Amino acid sequence: MISISQVTKRYGRQAVVDDVSLELGGCGITSIIGPNGAGKSTLLSMVARLLPLDGGTITIDGLDVRTTPGSVLATKVAVLRQDNHLAARLTVQDLVSFGRYPYSKGRLTSVDRDAIARAIGYLDLEPFVDRFLDELSGGQRQRAFIAMVLAQDTDYVLLDEPLNNLDLRHAVDIMKLLRAAADDTGKRIVLVMHDINFASVYSDEIVAMRDGRVVLHGPSSEVMQSEVLGLIYDLPIDVREVDGERIGYYYR
Amino acid sequence: MPTDTLTLSRPASVLAYTRRPGVRLGILAVLAVASVVVFLTVDIVGSWDFAVPFRARKVYAMVLVAFAIGVSTVLFQTITDNRILTPSIMGFDSLYLLIQTLVVFVFGASALATVDEQVKWVVEVALMVTFSTLLFRWIFAGAKRSIYLLVLVGIVFGTLFRSLSSMMQRMLDPASFAVLQDAFFASFNAVDEQLMLMSAIAILLVSLVGMRMMRVFDVIGLGESHAIGLGVNHRRVVTVMLVLIAILVSVSTALVGPITFFGLIVSNLAYALLGTSRHAFVLPATVLLGVICLVGGQFILEHVFALDTALSVVIEFAGGILFIVLLLKRGVR
Amino acid sequence: MLSTFIGVSDVSPLSLLEGGPDGKAAQLLVVSRLPRTLALVLTGVAMSIVGLIMQMLVRNKFVEPSTTGTAESAALGLLVVTIFAPTLPLFGKMVVAAIFALAGTGLFLLILRRIPVRSIVLVPLVGIMLGGVIGAVTTFFAYRLDLLQTLGTWLTGDFSGILRGRYELLWLALAMTVIAWIAADRFTVVGLGQEFTTNLGLRYGRVLALGLTIVAVVTAIVVVTAGVIPFLGLIVPNIVSIAMGDNVRRSIPWVAVLGAGFVLACDIVGRLLRFPYEIPLGIVVGVVGSVLFLYLLLRRPSRAH
Repeated sequence: MISISQVTKRYGRQAVVDDVSLELGGCGITSIIGPNGAGKSTLLSMVARLLPLDGGTITIDGLDVRTTPGSVLATKVAVLRQDNHLAARLTVQDLVSFGRYPYSKGRLTSVDRDAIARAIGYLDLEPFVDRFLDELSGGQRQRAFIAMVLAQDTDYVLLDEPLNNLDLRHAVDIMKLLRAAADDTGKRIVLVMHDINFASVYSDEIVAMRDGRVVLHGPSSEVMQSEVLGLIYDLPIDVREVDGERIGYYYR
Repeated sequence: MPTDTLTLSRPASVLAYTRRPGVRLGILAVLAVASVVVFLTVDIVGSWDFAVPFRARKVYAMVLVAFAIGVSTVLFQTITDNRILTPSIMGFDSLYLLIQTLVVFVFGASALATVDEQVKWVVEVALMVTFSTLLFRWIFAGAKRSIYLLVLVGIVFGTLFRSLSSMMQRMLDPASFAVLQDAFFASFNAVDEQLMLMSAIAILLVSLVGMRMMRVFDVIGLGESHAIGLGVNHRRVVTVMLVLIAILVSVSTALVGPITFFGLIVSNLAYALLGTSRHAFVLPATVLLGVICLVGGQFILEHVFALDTALSVVIEFAGGILFIVLLLKRGVR
Repeated sequence: MLSTFIGVSDVSPLSLLEGGPDGKAAQLLVVSRLPRTLALVLTGVAMSIVGLIMQMLVRNKFVEPSTTGTAESAALGLLVVTIFAPTLPLFGKMVVAAIFALAGTGLFLLILRRIPVRSIVLVPLVGIMLGGVIGAVTTFFAYRLDLLQTLGTWLTGDFSGILRGRYELLWLALAMTVIAWIAADRFTVVGLGQEFTTNLGLRYGRVLALGLTIVAVVTAIVVVTAGVIPFLGLIVPNIVSIAMGDNVRRSIPWVAVLGAGFVLACDIVGRLLRFPYEIPLGIVVGVVGSVLFLYLLLRRPSRAH
């Protein structure tokens, strides 16, 4: 479990994440939703120890993210942020191989090679292994980064807006993949999501945030309610059931 | 560079490439050795016993400089995750000149005359390590700044450091000024023996540390959040790299003074020629390219154009143009 | 014009006092001190306003002759004259230097057209690099012909050699500056682009040429008489703009006064720091100017592109 307890992050006087307590990763996919500035990405970054906490504690399976060595945490939790532009020219194979760094420190064993091959296969990247990242389309590149994170073989995977800049088809592909990864390998995946309907259809649980606080955390059907969403987004959102999925309608 | 899709061999290590950077590295090594041999032996008038050792000393200095500038540039570009910034563009070598001036300014030439040259050098390098790390942390702290802004800030810092040191130089008494003049206007033709020895030792130490970190460098090249995610103590590794860079910049600046664009040229050549970002290949390739450029360039200038020490000017000219091209290309992307 | 004299009367008595101890006051005053002070004031005014013009023409706050290759081109021109026609009078040298400065600035504008992204800091960056390349060419020839030391004096603004008969060209720079003042509004319009300018019934090319000529001539004059003074034309207009906004007509007098005052102050500092020796103005302005430039650059926390 990822236990977040009374966590606060301030920029200047403004608390971006304000005294948040939360248990994440109890189920396959958890999505964090909320408007811009709600503190979603900040919270995720703190869990991934990419940002220092200003207060509170975060533990992952009992390991405090502040005190546990980074190399140990890297075998527990993998993270992917939004900005994945690299100056270095890497092939897909190279990038995915980096996912094994926490285990191999760069000297690959046969176990590592298997894990890399599996991750590449899982994301259907075999045709592109020797291609450079800057020669790939946005969807392919995003898949390569996700393959790296999967090759890291951690129980927990944190993804910050994995659908950013993807067209509809690629977005659906990625979400299906993540769902399958959660179901097949028992990974616990935490996502920061902008699209409430993707969150609704693919997540087990949803965390709704606003102004640095958690408004509601529960099964996705519980959070996907007109009153809840309306409160979070300051926008009338009509939630309807379509083929058994709860879909928010807010376009007019 | 076109993609070579025919090779099917399975990669064996973290960053194996199908484009055989090893072969290219070998070719570079041969070229570097060839240019050294040619430089040492061609056109000798009179006694070989005199000419070869005399030229060997020059080559020795050039190899040291090629190593120092090449490696420091690549490491710096790895930390900053881009291929335009270099330590000298960010004003680091001007900072070293300022520190040299500052040491003379504070302690005075007469006091320094009694101090061992090595002690003075160590003090200067230590100051350089401290100040350059502080400067780097300050400029790169907090929110991500636009790359253009960073470069411009670096260049203006360079101007500031140079103006400050010339201001201090004018405030020195003539004797101290003479000491400094000697330090500043070194060239490949007249490099101090002791300085070369210390530089060689420094470079050896840097290599020993660097060799063990090759793979960590690769991870740092992925950027801060990936590196942390993969369990690397980003801050600590970057600090070590900054120390290495500061030492190398001190070495090259003490040996031949600032050469702003040399690092930019050789590192970008190395990336382009190898088609890999793996440090185990890029670092040696940069050094070899540096040797080829310096030794070969010097040879061509001396024997074809009959000029002697204008090499750095030619490098600044070509490097400046390359820099503008890189900047404009970046804008297109 | 009025403001220029305010600048003088405000500050020059001070600088006169600095020179005082020598005793032979009166003669010294006429032959050396007065020309020097006048030269400083004229340079400060002219360079600051030239910087302002460039900023209007290019519509970028960070350009001025030393960040666009103009000053370096002028130095190259000066080197060419010194090599091929060393006997040419000062005025002739200035003309050649001005032609080179004009060509260099033109080249800069051409490169600028090819920049797809108009990042505010990329523009001066390209200019400084262009200046570096031109500087490398100059150094190369100066080196071959053993003129490096002479080149050094052109590249470091120094007023210690200014005597009567050696600074009068600067009056021409002042004249240019006055023209610039009169035409100020047109430069603002030209900065808004070709279509906009034509729309308002102005000849784009002609106004641009006028502006560039003023910039080139003034830069050449300053380089020929004293040497390059880095960042002067950049800081002064920017400080005025921070203090009182961007109404050019209103700010020009202030730019002139502040430019003169700034140069005089730096000169006094340069003379006091290591009395009785002195530190060239270009170096003092280099230190103060780059600190202020850095402040201007880093003032706003962060701005992506």
